[in-house]
Amino acid sequence: MTDKSKSKQAVTKVDRRKFMAGVAVAGAAVVSTEAKSAILPPGAPAPAAPSAMRPSTVMAQAEVATASVSAPAYPGTQNGKPGSDYMVDVLKTLDIEYIVTNPASSCRGIHESIVNYGGNRMPELLTTMHEESGTAMAHGYFKVALKPMGSLCHGTVGLQHAAMAVYNAWCDRAPILMMIGNEMDANVRRPGVPTTHAAQDPAAMIRDFTKWDDQPGSLQHFSESMVRAYRISMTPPYEPVLIVMGEELQEGVPEPGHFENFSIPKVALPTPPQGESNAVRETAAMLVAAENPVFVVDRVARTPAGLALMVELAELLQATVVDQGGRMNFPNMHHLAARGAAAIRRADVVVGMELTDFWGTVNDFSDTAHAQQGPIVREGTRMVSIGTGDVYIRANYQDFQRYQPVDIAIAADAEATLPSLIEAVRMLLDGAARTRIDNRGQAARDAYNTARSRVAADAAASAWNASPISGARLSFELWELIKNEDWALVSRDQSISNWPHRVWTFDKYYQWIGGPGGAGIGYGLPAAVGAALAHRPHGRLVVNIQNDGDCMYAPGALWTAAHHKIPLLNVMHNNRAYHQEVMHLQRMASWRQRGLSDGSWRVATTIENPNVDYAKLAESMGVAGIGPIENPNDLAPALRRAIDIVKAGEPALVDVITQPR
Amino acid sequence: MRSIRLLAGAAAILVPILIAGSAFAADAAAGEEAFVRFGCYTCHGYEGQGAGTGPKLAPEPLAFDAFSTFVRQTSGDMPPFTPATLSDEELQNIHAYLESIPATPDPASIPLLQQLQ
Repeated sequence: MTDKSKSKQAVTKVDRRKFMAGVAVAGAAVVSTEAKSAILPPGAPAPAAPSAMRPSTVMAQAEVATASVSAPAYPGTQNGKPGSDYMVDVLKTLDIEYIVTNPASSCRGIHESIVNYGGNRMPELLTTMHEESGTAMAHGYFKVALKPMGSLCHGTVGLQHAAMAVYNAWCDRAPILMMIGNEMDANVRRPGVPTTHAAQDPAAMIRDFTKWDDQPGSLQHFSESMVRAYRISMTPPYEPVLIVMGEELQEGVPEPGHFENFSIPKVALPTPPQGESNAVRETAAMLVAAENPVFVVDRVARTPAGLALMVELAELLQATVVDQGGRMNFPNMHHLAARGAAAIRRADVVVGMELTDFWGTVNDFSDTAHAQQGPIVREGTRMVSIGTGDVYIRANYQDFQRYQPVDIAIAADAEATLPSLIEAVRMLLDGAARTRIDNRGQAARDAYNTARSRVAADAAASAWNASPISGARLSFELWELIKNEDWALVSRDQSISNWPHRVWTFDKYYQWIGGPGGAGIGYGLPAAVGAALAHRPHGRLVVNIQNDGDCMYAPGALWTAAHHKIPLLNVMHNNRAYHQEVMHLQRMASWRQRGLSDGSWRVATTIENPNVDYAKLAESMGVAGIGPIENPNDLAPALRRAIDIVKAGEPALVDVITQPR
Repeated sequence: MRSIRLLAGAAAILVPILIAGSAFAADAAAGEEAFVRFGCYTCHGYEGQGAGTGPKLAPEPLAFDAFSTFVRQTSGDMPPFTPATLSDEELQNIHAYLESIPATPDPASIPLLQQLQ
């Protein structure tokens, strides 16, 4: 409160605050005048009583008896540099390219400053139709740009809209600079809606899934807190942060001379924590001695360097890598790449790196009437965890998953630990170990080649000529058209049975960005738009295989893509259902022995009657729409048309009627 | 919507199949309708081709006895479908539908699949 009090002394909210002070003085003057009137000569005119309302120009003239008033005294450039201009100065030092916003009265000061003082460049405002979509855009953007975007929201209701997307980013370890407006001072706050949207502690709503927040009381405080927020957000584990910007702070004008010492701190990002050397050496010894060491990775590669290091370590040991796909951790067509639990079942050492769910990785849980659960690893399998999950954890939301005992727990950033682990392994490799490793590598190559040879047959057997169109057919048709381009996929492929990962060659870091993290629906389309924005300067062909249910949470993201000319190929996976929930309903009805024969599982789980026409939806928002495509033979021409549009710099959408998965 | 799905074979035609031990002829067309109505396709695909959510059922499904035993008694991820919810006749029709699904095309005959070779 001390800082805030100082702020109010130093930052003048010119019209409102001076007026209120004036009212107080005038009130005193009334008393004084009335007292004086008792001694005025009889018949002498009494001075005009001041209005209790904000005076008009005419009233002001009458009250103060000045000759004229040329213009009302608004805050801002007429009287000096407003607070929100200083805020823009701070943002410009942080190399923030974009701030996404849905316009809000509580942010009008900073909004105006970004546009008119900052020239709407670095940062540039992007328009979103919904704060959740805007925040998801920032989430997707980070995973390609590797630097945070700002998400500027209205206080209270805007942040409530954004909350789910913040949770996704929290679970996915994506930094976002959340910024909201708020006005604490009831004395100057506009009554009605602005007061309804004000809060004592607006950050409380998302504090359980943000890493840090502050509500600065002065512009200097804002400067330090914004830089601190950026730094905290960009220190592994990366997470969202929130800065609450008082409206008075934005709109007020510091008194002349007050800000001679205003400063913006330098940003020096802390180095991420590395694994303790003894624990790293012990892990290396375990790996070198193992018969079947397996790495399980989820978000180990924070950067392209992490991908390269993971390949180096795996090849050094010829150890299988099970990539859970939170990031582009490992090339999918590498002979050591694996998906699923088979490799984990065979392992004698499992090293889990930056896992969301270690317990779920080494245990099975069947969603049956009587839940069955238990380990899938062999008895005696040794386990090591390396990750920042042990560095930073919160209590309320259960994204930390079940507790998994391990033999060695290294509380450190895995990517930062990889160089020392590689070095420790290298130092332990002797002739016998190298022979064992070479043999393991040859076996892995043989297994990979066998599996690879089955893919074409599997695709042919996967309803190749069917309508609705199969995920296999869709993936092959797409791959034929993009394989010679500089491409990236910005959506998960789980909903089409991972066919892109079975067919396409992912070997560059930017070609895959993982999923939402928190599995909050409505992430897919806006995150894809945000990722495509980050790809835009590189001229990449960006593909989003878009689930229909997810699209309908936030279709306005299509308008944002069109408005800001963000090239993105959206291919609808239109199975006309919230498919996972279809299966849950079937399961419940089956357990309860009722309601299956009449198709009642369709109630409130399907998106049909009427069917959504996604091409028309896209067209209505200025995005080229093609489809619906039901015949697989029509797919390639439709995709080709859409790709031509995207390569010309615009978004496009192809609505494909698909098999369920 | 699925008009071209079965063009490759004769599977769209009603194919009465005598199921060992049953008192009636199974009806593949009725089985296809039941396959959709009971939502079997949601995990296994409209062709029974399988997906990440459920294994391949066709072509060449399990023999009916094994198929029936699994459907009735499974305790895994797939919930069991007992006679209380899925009649014997409907189960036999579904099996007939799966049997009617034509053989998979030879991958060598599909140019697009050669890109992996």
